[in-house]
Amino acid sequence: MAVNPQVEGRTYPPTDPYVVSRAKIAEFAAAVGARDTAHTDVAEAGRRGYADVVAPPTYAIGISQSAEAAAILDPDADIDYSRVVHGEQKFIHHRPLVAGDEVVAQTTIARVRAAGGHSMVTLETQITTTGGDLTTTATSLLVIRGEGDA
Amino acid sequence: MSTVPQVGEQLPGRTIHVDRATLVRYAGASGDFNQIHWDEATATAVGLPNVIAHGMWTMGASVQVVVDWLGDAGRVSDYSVRFSAPVPVPHDAGADVRVEASVKSVDEQAGTATIALTATVDGTAVLSRAVATVTLA
Repeated sequence: MAVNPQVEGRTYPPTDPYVVSRAKIAEFAAAVGARDTAHTDVAEAGRRGYADVVAPPTYAIGISQSAEAAAILDPDADIDYSRVVHGEQKFIHHRPLVAGDEVVAQTTIARVRAAGGHSMVTLETQITTTGGDLTTTATSLLVIRGEGDA
Repeated sequence: MSTVPQVGEQLPGRTIHVDRATLVRYAGASGDFNQIHWDEATATAVGLPNVIAHGMWTMGASVQVVVDWLGDAGRVSDYSVRFSAPVPVPHDAGADVRVEASVKSVDEQAGTATIALTATVDGTAVLSRAVATVTLA
């Protein structure tokens, strides 16, 4: 079943607030082999002008995907999650996330199109501090494989 | 890195080993517990050749080549990739991801540069159209 093009442009409610923590940044940095000491050393991050330790460039994926769930699970969209492949990912950092940031994320279905029997859905998620500062724009392209393609 | 980089300049590359423990660690850190990334029976049942790495692990590990060269993770302002092929991670041997990167363009006025990355496993591109924009010091 193809994704319903009528959901293009739909914006979903923001997530509950998420607090970026030093421990989670350190854990994520270790998991991707990040060696920059600004992920773990508060004094070093401060010397570079950051308010606290800095999140790695792809750290925001967990935050953006928790917001994307609202779009993926929207019954009107008809997205078969068992056929979803993550095709592309982009982050624009308006500023880096740092420990202590309290953020919410909100997803919009930016585009729905059909290509070669598949559906392609572009999700755009804005991550904003609870104080109203936009920190990150995360864009995901999901490919929903057509029924004829195992 | 304090001087202005030259277009075409190669960054030091990196070969990144990934095994099942890497994927379990990434699952915990990222919250992505999809079983295809750690359970071989589940992965092969859905037609995959083996357990595969999280695409987001590959994306996150690969950009470290840019961060190491730049000297500051907070100055990667923009980063995008296409996931062009899965990274199979066999139980015994794991896999090696080779990451190379070079300076694609420099905007001295804006104080930014774009870096093109490649990530391959046994010669197969696992990321394509991988580009990072960085703010120069």
